Amino acid sequence: GPLSERRLMDVRLGELPTWLATRDISPQGLLGGVQKAWSSYHDKYINVRRGGPAGISMLLAGYCLLSYGWNYQHISKISFLLSL
Amino acid sequence: ILHSRPLHTTQQCLAPLPPLPEKGGEVRHGLIPEEFFQFLYPKTGVTGPYMLGTGLLLYLLSKEIYVVNHETVAGACILSIIIYGIKKYGADVAAFADRLNEEKIAKVAAVKNEAIKDLETAIEEEKKEQWRVEGRSYLFDAKRNNIAMLLEANYRERLLMVYNEVKKRLDYQVAMQNLKRQKEQDHMIQWVEKNVVQSITPQQQKESIAKCILDLKALSKSAQAAV
Repeated sequence: GPLSERRLMDVRLGELPTWLATRDISPQGLLGGVQKAWSSYHDKYINVRRGGPAGISMLLAGYCLLSYGWNYQHISKISFLLSL
Repeated sequence: ILHSRPLHTTQQCLAPLPPLPEKGGEVRHGLIPEEFFQFLYPKTGVTGPYMLGTGLLLYLLSKEIYVVNHETVAGACILSIIIYGIKKYGADVAAFADRLNEEKIAKVAAVKNEAIKDLETAIEEEKKEQWRVEGRSYLFDAKRNNIAMLLEANYRERLLMVYNEVKKRLDYQVAMQNLKRQKEQDHMIQWVEKNVVQSITPQQQKESIAKCILDLKALSKSAQAAV
């Protein structure tokens, strides 16, 4: 179908910039996108009858990576590494 | 203010909500969704993602993008404990959670069944009422019969009263006539007796007494003779 209505996984690599241009970048659009992503994740992994560790473990792993990324500058300093 | 947003566009979904899916999306090793492996399968086969993971890990370690420090050790210990806990007690916790869920569902289902039963009894009663309505005509016939009987009884009662009253009056008349005749008779007899007694003169009295004595003597003589 037309470029503006395709999902991310159906967009080819060369069309990525144009596809990004067609998306709704305003705050409401971003908020709506975040909400949709969260609700689809929730419905797929958490809102089921017999879930497993998968639901929260992925969230925790993501949080670990994110916090490592935020603290990388601080961790990699030689003074921090020598103080232990 | 004009509301340009159209309201109630989609059909109102009142039917029972679709039940929750049984199992969530497939996740391998508890961390990586299955879609990733399927995504890489056409190009790299089965071992592709594992090779990617190993290569990525070695690259991060060698280039010191992931720094090995005290937190690595702590993280490794915590991770191993978590994995051991999940492997050992996972099934029990899952069974417990399932039991809680089932209790909730059973309670709600009980309410639903109660409601269904109540409605069914209401339907039964309604049908019975409809059947009763059919007997309306009989009811009115019975009432009409009752009223007719009441009227008849009243009519007969009054008839009897009339008859009694008339009879009483006629009896009165008859009694009056009887009384009158009797009084006339009595009065006449008295008058005749009075006149007869008055007409008996003293001389006649003496003569009748003497005759009576003579008769008595004759009788006594005949009686003595007979004895």
